[in-house]
Amino acid sequence: MSIELRNVSKRFGQIAAVDSVSFGVGEGELVALLGPSGGGKTTVLRMIAGLEQPTDGDILIRGKRVNDVSVQQRNIGFVFQGYALFKTMSVFDNIAFGLKIKKWPAAERTARVEELLALLELQGLAKRFPHQLSGGQRQRVAIARALAPKPSVLLLDEPFGAVDARIRQELRDWLVHLHGELSVTTVFVTHDQEEAMEVSNRIVIFGRGRLEQIGAPREVYEQPSNEFVARFIGVLNVLELRVENGAARLHELSFPTHGVAEGSALRIGFRPYAVQISRDLAEYRYRATLQHVYFLGVLLRLELVTPSGLTIRTRITKDDFVRLGLAEGDSLSFNIREYRVLSRDGDALPPEVAAVHQAPSSYADGI
Amino acid sequence: MASKRTHILPGFGLTLGYTLVYLGFIVLIPLGALFLRAARMSPAEFWKIAISPRALASYEVTFGSAFIAALINAAMGTLLAWVIVRYRFPGRRLLDALIDFPFALPTAVAGLTLANLFAAKGWLGRWLVPLGIEVAYAPAGIVVALIFIGLPFVVRSLQPVLEDIEGEVEEAAATLGAGRFRTFFTVILPALAPSILTGFSLAFARAIGEYGSVIFIAPKESEIASQLIWYRLEEYDYAGAVAIAVVMLVISFVLLISINGIERWASRFQR
Amino acid sequence: MDTSSIRTTGSRMRSTRATEDPAWVRGVLIAVSLCFALVFLVLPLLNVFGQALAKGWATALASLTEPDTRSAVVLTLVVAGICVPLNTIFGIAAAWLITRFEFKGKALLTTLIDLPFSVSPVVTGLVYILVFGLRGHLGPWLDERGIQVIFALPGIVLVTLFVTVPFVARELIPLMQTQGSDQEQAAMTLGASGWQTFWHVTLPSIKWGLLYGVILCNARAMGEFGAVSVVSGHISGITDTLPLRIEKLDKEYNAVAAFSIAALLALLALVTLGLKTWLEHRQNRLLDLAQSPPDEH
Repeated sequence: MSIELRNVSKRFGQIAAVDSVSFGVGEGELVALLGPSGGGKTTVLRMIAGLEQPTDGDILIRGKRVNDVSVQQRNIGFVFQGYALFKTMSVFDNIAFGLKIKKWPAAERTARVEELLALLELQGLAKRFPHQLSGGQRQRVAIARALAPKPSVLLLDEPFGAVDARIRQELRDWLVHLHGELSVTTVFVTHDQEEAMEVSNRIVIFGRGRLEQIGAPREVYEQPSNEFVARFIGVLNVLELRVENGAARLHELSFPTHGVAEGSALRIGFRPYAVQISRDLAEYRYRATLQHVYFLGVLLRLELVTPSGLTIRTRITKDDFVRLGLAEGDSLSFNIREYRVLSRDGDALPPEVAAVHQAPSSYADGI
Repeated sequence: MASKRTHILPGFGLTLGYTLVYLGFIVLIPLGALFLRAARMSPAEFWKIAISPRALASYEVTFGSAFIAALINAAMGTLLAWVIVRYRFPGRRLLDALIDFPFALPTAVAGLTLANLFAAKGWLGRWLVPLGIEVAYAPAGIVVALIFIGLPFVVRSLQPVLEDIEGEVEEAAATLGAGRFRTFFTVILPALAPSILTGFSLAFARAIGEYGSVIFIAPKESEIASQLIWYRLEEYDYAGAVAIAVVMLVISFVLLISINGIERWASRFQR
Repeated sequence: MDTSSIRTTGSRMRSTRATEDPAWVRGVLIAVSLCFALVFLVLPLLNVFGQALAKGWATALASLTEPDTRSAVVLTLVVAGICVPLNTIFGIAAAWLITRFEFKGKALLTTLIDLPFSVSPVVTGLVYILVFGLRGHLGPWLDERGIQVIFALPGIVLVTLFVTVPFVARELIPLMQTQGSDQEQAAMTLGASGWQTFWHVTLPSIKWGLLYGVILCNARAMGEFGAVSVVSGHISGITDTLPLRIEKLDKEYNAVAAFSIAALLALLALVTLGLKTWLEHRQNRLLDLAQSPPDEH
């Protein structure tokens, strides 16, 4: 393990910003800390760096407990959200700063800075000052500065937050390439699930100070461990059902009871892609009208409304949309191919209930 | 969200200790000595001096002159700030730089030159005195000196606010049919009012404590509180000096606290 | 309380027809402003030099080289030379404390730093007499040991310290607040110690504002009248600073000599103003650069 957190907590007064978090990051991994703002992810990153002291628990870097090691001694590279470039120093001096502090000989220092300037394609900018750089260049200087003293881990706080959408994409590619080339253990914080999915090997999801789930992007998307994760990663349709006459119902929709007692409530959730639609009104068991089509690019988002007024969100590729020849106002039949049962309070679910359930698909199947 | 958590930076103990010790020795202990001295007097004794006719007369001169001067500064300061921020004319930058002149000029020099300027033979006095306008060595002289030393406060409080008022707000008023004068009095002036009040209070507080410039220009027959303290000291009447000093100090504290309050209140109006 | 730190860069306001005042209004307002500035700023300044040179350059210069005046120059320089560095170090420490840490009583501390601004100089002098005077708390004890504070250099230095305590701190606090501590944290993640961080990162980014505070502090230290007047004892050639010398010469009806010293101090004020305008410009540029949106390439 390159980085390990064991039951780490951080309290500010009465408020627990981070609540007993444990996870590990393997050598050379690229990990995203994902969560809504206020979820505690930045605090975790700052505790790894030593910019913040944990109230409880242990932090280990390469197997060594670093709780009492000062930020200067931890040998980490940190890229700040606003870059925090030294505005009174040139690009060269910014990158060389850490080397100067660590007393590298001048010649090696220059060589190392040149190397990083080349690696991050900043050649020719060495004499510029931070204010003379574009947003993307500033960030690359910040990364170069953090990498210069050869840190054992690279930590980035919302690395793509401060640039506009076009450059953001470019920078994501940068980070992936750079990581591929240097394979330095990298942890970055983001609130953008798409960014986390695209860039990282693994995602650590935080909500309200707690670690909600950790896993590969595909894992957290397809097997979210709870409703919080399911809602945070992608779109989730949530239905509040009531068990009556041997089935869990909401208007015309009905599902198995999953052992819930008569008269009690049951919540289920399903992804937009789990909704099947057809123009053949007899093909699936439910009817709906296509209320609205949102064009998103390759994908389209469809809003279906059942006769009783329930709204169901689904996604469809452009090709399928054309193939089906859909238009707003059309009548359709649809089915919910798979769904999961959600607990009341967003806690983890017993595995037999949390599993994905296949719904009966044809109209005739009944319950 | 990370901006407030900066305690990782070193030097908290060092700077806290140093700041407290330094302030303690230079400011707090000496001021404490004043109150200690005052505490030796009985309340009756204290009040007898604090509200003796001569003391009351000096308060009247001090606060009266300071108030008039601060009022004039509020009006003229608003005008100066407006002209400097909104208009372009030759000498504007020089005028802008000169506004701080009273901050930089030793008060004794200010008093000396103002007294000379308005004296019967002075550049201004030779025109004013024949018209019966006595400034130097007259009560008006105190006001003139206090206007001079308080002049920068209103202008400097107002300038950034005036620069920040969006043209759009005025344009909006214009599109709604308001004329320039109406726009000024109903839209602009209310937005400036908190800063004018801040500047006024700063100028007033400064004027109350002013001594150096006043003694050069003040008439023999009226004295400000600071002068009275000074006379008492020269007579080795420490009790007399202390009682009046305590009164002035308490008023200064109250003013300082209300200025902080006004500034906090005023800042609420700026976005 | 000091508002001189307020940025006085040009206006961003653009004039459109709807927001422009009629020409006659502009004319009248500008004329009134200029008249007021003429009477209260320009004439007092010109008068200082006019009176100083009333009997020619030679007389003015001669009065400046008079022994008592020369020793007043030296004393004033010594006092400023002691007070300005001490209050500069204090200002930096206080600004670091207030802008880099959260702690209880911070608002109170900030108010305390401002306090000397609102204390009348005569009261300042009085409180030091109460502590160090012969009838004061420490005076007799010090006197037995042959240490004289009041009516001597230490007293003058102490009251000047009191009066100029806030200047550097008041200049640095808003500046360091605006800049935030991100750069300092970055330096620390790169291994820099506290002193290294301060020296290489903090100081370069506040240098103009610091220098500006130092210059204001110096102007006040050299020009303080009331407080020094109370504790100095007015011993010619020994405890008279330049402002006190002006008063004495004025009382002796030696106008040319008084105004010659006044001209010297007015020159100092003008230099202070010039440096202030320049430094403010430099520091604002530094701030603007740091906060300017990136130019996208």
